[in-house]
Amino acid sequence: MVKEIERSGLPVVHVCTVTPISMTVGANRIVPAIAIPHPLGNPSLPKEEEKALRRKIVEKALKALTTEVTGQTVFKD
Amino acid sequence: MSKLRVVHYINQFFAQIGGEEKADYPIELREGTPVGPGLAFTQAFGEDAEIVGTIICGDSYFNENIEETTKKVVEMVKGLKPDVVIFGPAFNAGRYGFACGTCAAAVHDELELPVVTGMYPENPGVDTAKDKAYVVVTKNSAADMRHAVKVMAPLALKLARHEHVGASCEEGYINQGIRVNFFEKKRGSERAVEMLLKKIAGKPYETEYPMPSFDRVEPMPAVKDLAHAKIALVTSGGICPKGNPDHIESSNATKFGEYSIEGVTDLTEETFETAHGGYDPSYANEDPDRVLPVDIMRDLEKEGVIGKLHELFYTTVGNGTAVASAKKYGAEIGKRLLSAGVNAVILTST
Repeated sequence: MVKEIERSGLPVVHVCTVTPISMTVGANRIVPAIAIPHPLGNPSLPKEEEKALRRKIVEKALKALTTEVTGQTVFKD
Repeated sequence: MSKLRVVHYINQFFAQIGGEEKADYPIELREGTPVGPGLAFTQAFGEDAEIVGTIICGDSYFNENIEETTKKVVEMVKGLKPDVVIFGPAFNAGRYGFACGTCAAAVHDELELPVVTGMYPENPGVDTAKDKAYVVVTKNSAADMRHAVKVMAPLALKLARHEHVGASCEEGYINQGIRVNFFEKKRGSERAVEMLLKKIAGKPYETEYPMPSFDRVEPMPAVKDLAHAKIALVTSGGICPKGNPDHIESSNATKFGEYSIEGVTDLTEETFETAHGGYDPSYANEDPDRVLPVDIMRDLEKEGVIGKLHELFYTTVGNGTAVASAKKYGAEIGKRLLSAGVNAVILTST
């Protein structure tokens, strides 16, 4: 899906936990997530901290979207 | 002669420990008695080989701790001194396939042992190991176990005995990209004419020189002006309005959903849920923002960091879903987003 949406002409950032799978699939902008059942959250954290964590990942995703890339790139910390 | 030694890797499901709720089961080694599909392999081996140890690991546990778990698998295998190592088969289970493929490649590289696994050709794990392991072609579900064992077991025995292994099309494994010289019964011109006649007649034929498929997409240019950009959310994590109104299937989805989040500032347990059957849904059901971050996107929209959050989101279940289907959904979603004036997409996966 990532690839086909990008092919239609839009930059896509793939937020996922198992980044090597995303590499195999062919995503160009990849942002690592927390865990498979809760990629953008961590149920063991208090609500506010969890939201701050989620915001950090979304901000990283937006940074990836505003960054020019020439090939597959994983945006780590 | 003593029996050949086999080590077997399986996930929590095939070890009968549990389903998705046990996918975080840590790695464990059970020596001796075969477990799960190991029984079928043992039967197929007869007196020739025995499973000396079974490595069991939850699929989520592996994929969330790839490096250290792979290392542990290599250590465990090393300690058991096997002649061959079998992984799975994983059929079309993505995380399981990825675990099997990654570990098979590591065992091959570091211990120089022959490795056999079994997967459906679309499994993302295939690419991690197909040039190192013998990846036997299976169907896309565990119903194919009997056939998978029938092909994998004799292949494993051959490898353990260092016997000659035939070409991929003869032995039923995925092409490893290795060429071996041999004498054909018919000469080239004859084979070419036969192939051409079959092609003209519209009959199936097999090329002797398949073209490699490189399906890569050029990265699109970055968003220049985020503060005026319209961003859309898309997910393969199955988030949908409560009750799953379009009945998106929990696995092998045949459709995607398009839903409005106009005026929605937060996804809650009461209004949204996940349709996904390939991961423990309790966290996503409790707070769907953990998969589709609508709450954060609304905050960023209010603060002027982004121009606008697109009022529709797109969703499907990426669980054993055929690549052809995902391709189709992606193309259609892309078309709709483009015509709605969206500038960029955040796609989340579980």
